[in-house]
Amino acid sequence: MSGRFKTISLRIAQAIPVLFGVVVVSFILTRALPGDPAVYFAGASATEESIAQVREVLGLDKSLPQQFIIYVGDLLRGDLGQSISTGQAVTDDLARRLPASLELTLMALFISCSIAVPLGVMAATKPGSLRDHMCRVIVTAGVSLPTFFTGILLIYVFYYLLGIAPSPLGRLDFIYIEPDTITGFYLIDAAITGDWETWFGALKQLVLPATTLALFTMAPIARMTRAAMLSALSSDFVRTARAAGLSSSKILYGYALHNAMLPVITTLGMVFSFTLGANVLVEKVFAWPGIGSYAIEALVASDYAAVQGFVLAMAILFVLLNLCIDIAYSLIDPRIGFEER
Amino acid sequence: MSMASTNKSDSLIAHIFYVLRGNPITALAFILLASFITCALFGPLIVPYDPLASNTSNALMPPSVDHWFGTDNLGRDVFSRVIVATRLDLLISVSAVALSFVIGSILGSVAGYWGGWLDAILNRLLDTIMAFPLFVLAMGIVAALGNTIENIVYATALINIPFYARLVRAEVNIRRDAGFALAAKLSGNSDLRVLAVHIFPNALPPMMVQISLNLGWAILNAAGLSFIGLGVRPPTPEWGIMVAEGANFVISGEWWLALFPGLWLMLAVFTFNLLGDGLRDIVDPRKRT
Amino acid sequence: MLSIKDLAVDFQTRKGVVHAVRNVNLHVDKGETLGIVGESGSGKSVTSYALMRILDAGGTITAGDIVYSGVDLRNSSARDMRNIRGREISMIFQNPRAALNPIRKVGHQLEDVLKTHAQATRYDARAKAISMLKSVQIRNAEERYHAYPFELSGGMCQRVVIAIALACNPQLLIADEPTTGLDITTQKTVMDLIQSLSKERQMSSILITHDLGLAAQYCDRIVVMKDGELVETGKPKTLFNNAQHAYTRKLIAATPRKEASIRDLLPAEEQQPLPERSQSGETLLKVNNLVKTYAGKNGPVHAVKGISFDLKQGKSLALVGESGCGKSTTSSMITRLLDCSSGEIIFNGQDIGKIKLREFAQHNMRKDIQMVFQDATDSLNPRHSAFQSILEPIKHLTDLGSTARQERVYELADLVGLPHSLLTRFPHQLSGGQKARVGIARAIAVNPQLLILDEPTAALDVSIQAIVLNLLADLRAKLGMTYLFVSHDLHVVRLLCDDVIVMKDGEIVEMGPVEKIMEHPKSKYTQSLLDAAPSLSKIVE
Repeated sequence: MSGRFKTISLRIAQAIPVLFGVVVVSFILTRALPGDPAVYFAGASATEESIAQVREVLGLDKSLPQQFIIYVGDLLRGDLGQSISTGQAVTDDLARRLPASLELTLMALFISCSIAVPLGVMAATKPGSLRDHMCRVIVTAGVSLPTFFTGILLIYVFYYLLGIAPSPLGRLDFIYIEPDTITGFYLIDAAITGDWETWFGALKQLVLPATTLALFTMAPIARMTRAAMLSALSSDFVRTARAAGLSSSKILYGYALHNAMLPVITTLGMVFSFTLGANVLVEKVFAWPGIGSYAIEALVASDYAAVQGFVLAMAILFVLLNLCIDIAYSLIDPRIGFEER
Repeated sequence: MSMASTNKSDSLIAHIFYVLRGNPITALAFILLASFITCALFGPLIVPYDPLASNTSNALMPPSVDHWFGTDNLGRDVFSRVIVATRLDLLISVSAVALSFVIGSILGSVAGYWGGWLDAILNRLLDTIMAFPLFVLAMGIVAALGNTIENIVYATALINIPFYARLVRAEVNIRRDAGFALAAKLSGNSDLRVLAVHIFPNALPPMMVQISLNLGWAILNAAGLSFIGLGVRPPTPEWGIMVAEGANFVISGEWWLALFPGLWLMLAVFTFNLLGDGLRDIVDPRKRT
Repeated sequence: MLSIKDLAVDFQTRKGVVHAVRNVNLHVDKGETLGIVGESGSGKSVTSYALMRILDAGGTITAGDIVYSGVDLRNSSARDMRNIRGREISMIFQNPRAALNPIRKVGHQLEDVLKTHAQATRYDARAKAISMLKSVQIRNAEERYHAYPFELSGGMCQRVVIAIALACNPQLLIADEPTTGLDITTQKTVMDLIQSLSKERQMSSILITHDLGLAAQYCDRIVVMKDGELVETGKPKTLFNNAQHAYTRKLIAATPRKEASIRDLLPAEEQQPLPERSQSGETLLKVNNLVKTYAGKNGPVHAVKGISFDLKQGKSLALVGESGCGKSTTSSMITRLLDCSSGEIIFNGQDIGKIKLREFAQHNMRKDIQMVFQDATDSLNPRHSAFQSILEPIKHLTDLGSTARQERVYELADLVGLPHSLLTRFPHQLSGGQKARVGIARAIAVNPQLLILDEPTAALDVSIQAIVLNLLADLRAKLGMTYLFVSHDLHVVRLLCDDVIVMKDGEIVEMGPVEKIMEHPKSKYTQSLLDAAPSLSKIVE
C-alpha cells in the first residue's frame, strides 16, 4: 500500500512541471500575437492612452523574463485580465460558465461509456462476425461525424422536422426558472432543491448536445475495449481459467473485462481531450452558455485576454482530469508502484 | 536483388488481397479514397458551375437536376463548391500530417534510440503539448499567430506531433536491443545507420495506420476551426465554413446548405478512418502467416 | 480412465484447412503418468486442448471419440464440460506467470476455482486456499495468499498454477510443457512436486514435453508424436533402448547425453568423421577482472563481479549458468556491444575494452569478433531477405566489389548448407533451422577469429539442434575459428567445447576442461546443475 501511495504522490508531483509547461505555452501564445499585443488586449475601441495603460499593466515594456514573472504572479492571484466584451474579470466569467461545460461533457462521457463499453465487449466476443463489422462501421461513422454537423443534423430532425426536442438555445427553456446555484450543475441543483420540473426541463435541453458529443467519443472507447478484450480473451490466464472450469461469465467479466479496463481507462485521457475540444463546437451549435461558446464570442470580438484565459483554463482542467485518471488506474492495477517506468 | 523485391511485393499484394477479401469494408475505403483523390486533382475541371459565381435570382433552390445539391443564399451551386473544396481540405490535412510525421519521426527515433536526457526532455515537451485539449490548443495557436491557412497547417501539425513521436519512440525502443539491431552493429553499421536503415523502416507499418487515422482527424480539425471562424475565410469554398454558413438556414428548413458539405466532410473522414482500421489489419503481424 | 480414439483436429487458416492432429489413439490408466513427446508442430498440445475442449478459434474436432470415465467428452454440453474442467481434469501450462490473472491476488484466483466447483463456501474458501498453497510447498502461505503474480518468481507462479489445477482434486492432470522457460534447478523442483502430488493423490497425469530426458525420467509410458500423428508408444526403457520407428530413433540419437559424441547426434548414415582442428596455442583472448555494474532502482546491480580467463586460439570455451548469472552480459562485453565498468578485454594483444563502442563499429577489429544470436527470428531484420542479411557485414566490413560480394554470399550459403533458392526469402518464410543457418552465415561472412555463440540452439527442436551443432563443429575446423559458447545446458556444451566456466551471480564458480568438470565437479553448485538436468543416459543402455 505504501508503494501505491508513493506512486500517487509521485504522479501528483509530476503534474507540476506539466502545469508549468502549460503556463509557459500560454504565456508564449499571449506574446506571439502579431503586431502589438497591447493593442489587442486594449480592444477595438482603445485610445492611445488606454493602449499605453494596458502596456504598462501587462508589463509589456519590461523584459520577457520579467514579463513572465508578472504573468505568473497574476495567475497565482487568479487574475487572467479583463474581458473586453463582457467587461468582467475573465476568471469570473470562466468560473460562472464552467459548470455548464462540465455538465455537458460529463453527461456525454457517461452516455458514450455506457454504450461503447458493452458494444466493444460484444464485438470482441465474436470477432469477424457480422455483429463485429456492424459495430465497427457504426462506431467509425460516429467518430467521422464532425460534431458541429451532427448537432445541426440532430436539431434539424428532432426540432425542425419532428418537433420533439426543445429549441436549441441554451441550458434551460425560458419557461423554467433557473435553479438556485449550489454546484452550478442544473441537474444536481434542481435535484437538491427538489424542483423536478426544472430538472426534467434541463435534462431535455441536455439530451441533444450530449448525444452529439457522445457519438463522437464512442469510437475510441469502443475500439479500445474491443482490442483490449480480444487480447485479454486470447491470453494465457484466460486459458487457465477456462481449463479450471470457471463459468463463462466469470471469465468474461471477472477476468477478461477487468484486465481490459486498464487500457480503456488510459484511453479516457485521449477521449477527454477530444471531448473538451469538440465541446467548443457543440456549445456554439446549441448556444450552450459554457466556456467554449464564451471563447468563440471572444474570438469574434478579438477579445484575446478571454481567449487566452480559456485556453489556459481548459489545459488546467485537462491536466487535473488526467491526474484523476492516473490515480484511478493506479488503484485498479496492483502492479503500479512496483515497476515504475 | 530485384528478385527479392518482386518476391516481397508479390507476397504483400497477395496479403493485401487476402485481407481485403475478408474485409469488403476496407476495399470500399480504398475505392472512396481513389475518388477523393480524383476530386482533389481534377475538381475544378469537372464541376458544372463556377464555385464562386453568385446568382441571386437563383438563391436557396432545393436540390434539382440542374443543381444536384441545390444552391446557397447567394445562388452558388453547392455541388460545385463541395467538390472544389476537396482540394483545399485535403491539402491542409496532408501537409499538416506530413509535417508532423517528419518532425515526430525524427524526435521519436532519437529519443527512443539514445534515451537518456534527450528522451526526458522530449517527454516533458510532449507532455506539455498533450496537456492541452488538442483542438483548444489549435484554437489558441491560430488565434495568436493569425488567421491564415498556413497557420492552420502549423497548428494541426503541432498537435499531431506527439502521436508520431510517441509511436516512433515506442517502436524504436523495443527494437533497440533486438537481435537484428545488434547484428547490424556487428556488421559495422554506425548507430545512425542502424537506426535509419534497420530499425526505423520496421516501425513504418504501425505509422501507416496512424497517418491514415490522423488524416481524417486533421480534416475534422481544420473544418472545425473554420466553423468557428478561424482559418479559411469565405467566400473560399471549404466544408467547415459551408456547414457553418448553412447552419443559419437549417432552422428555416433549407437543409441542403449544411447537409451536403457536412456529408461530404463526414465521408472523407470516414474513408480515412476505415482505411486506418483496414491498414491495421493488413500490417498486424499476428494476422500474417 | 481416459481413452482417445481416432482423434482428428483441423484448423481453419488462410492457407486452407490444416490437419493438426490425425488418427490419434491413446489411453491413460488410473494412476499412470503418460508422456506425450514431440517436436514443435507435432500436435501434442493440440491433442490435450482438444480433449479439454479449449481449442483456439478456428480449431475443430473433426473425428474421433474422447471418453473419460465413461463420459463422452466430445459431445458433452458446454455446462458439463465446465464441471469436468478443473474438477475431473485439470491442466497446467508453460509460462506460468502469464497463466495467472495479473491483477488478481493469487489467493483469490484459487478461491474462484474452489467456489466454482462448490469445493468451498464463502466462509472456508480462504482457509482452503491457504492450505492448497501450503500443499504445493509455498512457504508463508498466509502472506502469499495476498500476493499478485508479478510479486512471485517463475517457479513460485508455477506452484500457484499447480495449486489451482489441483484445488478440486481432479483425477487427471495435464501438464503442457510445465517447465519450459524455467531454470534447470527450478525445473527439477517443480517436476518433483508434480510427481509427488500425483502419487499422493493417486492421480493420473499426462506430461507434454519436447524433452525426451524429462519424459524418460518422470513418465510410466511415452507416446511419440510427429506431424499430428502418433508414431510409437511404449515404456521408457523399452522405447529408448529398442525404438521401432526411425523417427523415434532419430529423436533419441539427437538428444545430447553423456556418452554420445557430437556426431552421434546425427543419423548413422549422415555421420562423417570430424575434420582435424588446427590450434596455434597462442592466447587469442585474455579477460582480466572484468566487471559490469548497472545503476538499478535500488542501488547498483552487480551483473558481473570481476571475472578473468584466457582463451587460446582454436579452442572452444563455454560459459554456463542459469538465468541472471552474468554469462550473457560477459559475452556482450567481449563482443563490444556493451561497455564494461572496469577490467581488461585483451584481444590479440590489444585491450579492446578501451575502444569506444561507437568507434568499434568501424574499427578494423570489428570483423574479427562476431556473434551468433540466441533467437534466430529476432536477430534477422524482418524486412531483409536472407541474401541481404548475409550481405550486410560483407558490405560494411570488407572491400569486395559488388560481384565479389554476391559470390561471397553464395559461397557462404554453400558453407552453411542453405540452398540458393532460399536466399530471396524473408525471415517469416524460413523455418527455424534455416534461419539459424542464415544467422551463422552472416556471423562467419567476414572470417572472424572469435565467434561468440549465444545459446544458438536454445529455440530449436532437438533434431535441428543436432544438425546446427554439427555444422558449427565443421565450420570451426574448416575456418580455424575460436568459439565462446554461452549456454545453460552442460550436456550441449560438452559436445562442442574443450573448456567450461560455470558462473553464478556474476562470479566464476569453477572452470576447467569440460570432461573433468562433468565427471568430477568440485563445487556443489555444478553438481546440482548436473543432477537437475534430466538425462537419457540413466535409461538408455
